[in-house]
Amino acid sequence: MNQSEWPLWEVFIRSKQGLDHKHVGSLHAADATMAVQNARDVYTRRLEGVSIWVVESKHIHASNPDDADAFFDPAADKVYRHPTFYEVPDSIKHM
Amino acid sequence: MLTQDLSGTKAAAATEPSLLFPYVLQLADTSLILAHRLSEWCGHGPILEQDLAMANIALDLLGEARSYYQYAAELEGQGRTEDDLAYLRSAVEYRNPLLVEQPNGDFAHTILRQFLFDNFHYHLLRKLKDGPDAQLAAIAEKSVKEAAYHLKWSSEWVIRLGDGTDESRKRLDKAIATLWRFAGELTTPTAAETALQEIGVLPDYATLLPEMQAHTEHVFAEANVPLPTAVFAQLGGKTGRHSEHLGYLLSELQYMQRTYPGLTW
Amino acid sequence: METLEKVLTPEEQFQARIDADIRIEPKDWMPDAYRKTLIRQISQHAHSELVGMLPEGNWITRAPSLKRKSILLAKVQDEAGHGLYLYSAAETLGTTRDQMLADLHSGKAKYSSIFNYPTLSWADMGCVGWLVDGAAILNQVPLCRTSYGPYARAMVRVCKEESFHQRQGFEIMQTLCEGAPEQKAMAQEALNRWWWPTLMMFGPKDEDSPNTAQSMNWRIKRFTNDELRQKFVDMMVPQAEFLGLTVPDEKVKWNEERQAYDFGEVNWDEFWSVVKGNGLCNHERLQARVQAHEEGAWVREAANAHAAKRAAREAVAA
Repeated sequence: MNQSEWPLWEVFIRSKQGLDHKHVGSLHAADATMAVQNARDVYTRRLEGVSIWVVESKHIHASNPDDADAFFDPAADKVYRHPTFYEVPDSIKHM
Repeated sequence: MLTQDLSGTKAAAATEPSLLFPYVLQLADTSLILAHRLSEWCGHGPILEQDLAMANIALDLLGEARSYYQYAAELEGQGRTEDDLAYLRSAVEYRNPLLVEQPNGDFAHTILRQFLFDNFHYHLLRKLKDGPDAQLAAIAEKSVKEAAYHLKWSSEWVIRLGDGTDESRKRLDKAIATLWRFAGELTTPTAAETALQEIGVLPDYATLLPEMQAHTEHVFAEANVPLPTAVFAQLGGKTGRHSEHLGYLLSELQYMQRTYPGLTW
Repeated sequence: METLEKVLTPEEQFQARIDADIRIEPKDWMPDAYRKTLIRQISQHAHSELVGMLPEGNWITRAPSLKRKSILLAKVQDEAGHGLYLYSAAETLGTTRDQMLADLHSGKAKYSSIFNYPTLSWADMGCVGWLVDGAAILNQVPLCRTSYGPYARAMVRVCKEESFHQRQGFEIMQTLCEGAPEQKAMAQEALNRWWWPTLMMFGPKDEDSPNTAQSMNWRIKRFTNDELRQKFVDMMVPQAEFLGLTVPDEKVKWNEERQAYDFGEVNWDEFWSVVKGNGLCNHERLQARVQAHEEGAWVREAANAHAAKRAAREAVAA
């Protein structure tokens, strides 16, 4: 049944100069050229973007939600990484 | 070069709205009729993504047509509106070339029709945007960006269909056999166009041909399809001698305005 | 000290996250029933967008002015986009668009019955925008906060784009109602045909909607059918009055005590009949979709074949 279905692509759009590309959704396209154009036709009809990235969905590797605790919780107690951890006397400026 | 040829013609164009009016109307009719044809695909495309792509092109062309109609109405100065011009003229008064009124057929026909039109449209707009008539230049300036995208889209599809499967190739061949004879009309000037070319308002179409030809050759080579050798050009649309298809198209397009004359919607 | 803390089952953990309004994302564990219900709901919604293009698409070529033609084409195109966003959201749950389309084409999957009614006059474009999109928005806005992340994000995009749809519909109605007598009559006639089918869009009465409780628990549905129907009537009756139109229901009356409008009973026989496939347009709507898909197969295959050829050539060149 799937012989005519085009591969799935993830679409990332830079909404204006200076900002990151952000994931906006996905679409189907036969190749990368078409994927970029389809992204333009589907996701930028209302001036949503100035630049487009596409990547075939199968090439995305994601972290496993089961590992979330091991991956991300250890960062929770490293408060000393944040500037608010440090007390600076009021008289010191520009820090 | 072009600008030199055109210097001093600004006044000529401005004093000849009667010459410019029918041509601007021709541009308007052309974009409207093709937009109308493309809009018939809406909801019936081969895949959602391309349904959206075709509607985008139709919307671009519709916008362009409206700009031309508004300008034409202004040139005419008789108080007619864009809708009067689009909805209350008969088939023999329409000035679009035959190509754009041809039915959608299958996707290969639609693509080839679009490619033949885009290749002319894009190269024409590139000249018009630097032309002496300020209004026309402004419309062309905006539309040429859209046309560049349309040409990219239709060119890539010609390549995909030509160099796709046996079936897609067969269908593209059939579209070529049906539509190629309508391509020549685009670059064959009518008496009205010739008059505008002589005063420099319009580019000589011969100057568009090398680039159009080069692009066609490139696309057909990529598509692995031999360039058609037939050169016969079926003429008529630009002088109001249309195929039978236009009457049906207009009876749909104009249905409301004809049934309820003079109302606002 | 012994701990009495109970170990939560995956189902309980899942429900706890939902209760805490934490979004569920594609790779997270979820109960099979949640996944299946979502695929059904999202694809049904996507199918509705797709089939919903047809009744309005029917008037693009006959729109009465160039401005209306542009607006209508842009609007119907938006619906294609919304279908696409929703199919994409459903695909994150492990199904494919082809599979969902196959289910639509075989009649296994449903779409909103409202699109099985014909669009007969230009005023229908007004009614579809004003009433049908108005009803859809009531359903959709709460779904922007639905528990499944990709669905919620798709709905945010849909709602953002949808906001002009209802307004353009209302504007069509207003223009007709302020126009010539035959235009006003056209508007009233269309309202007469669309009012009841629109009320049916919210689905069967709560007592006949057995899945509502589970869906509300999972936060993939946020109001009951009857709640939304009431909201809709309360919203629309004053708008119809503003337009000078009469809602075709003699029982419509403001109820001071309830601070809401009373209204008559939907014809549920008609509702179930159309759901079962006996609406005037069921057959041709589905046929149009099947035909577009089948006639598009060679196009999709050609593009795939070309992509494969090109990739092979590039591999040789490299």
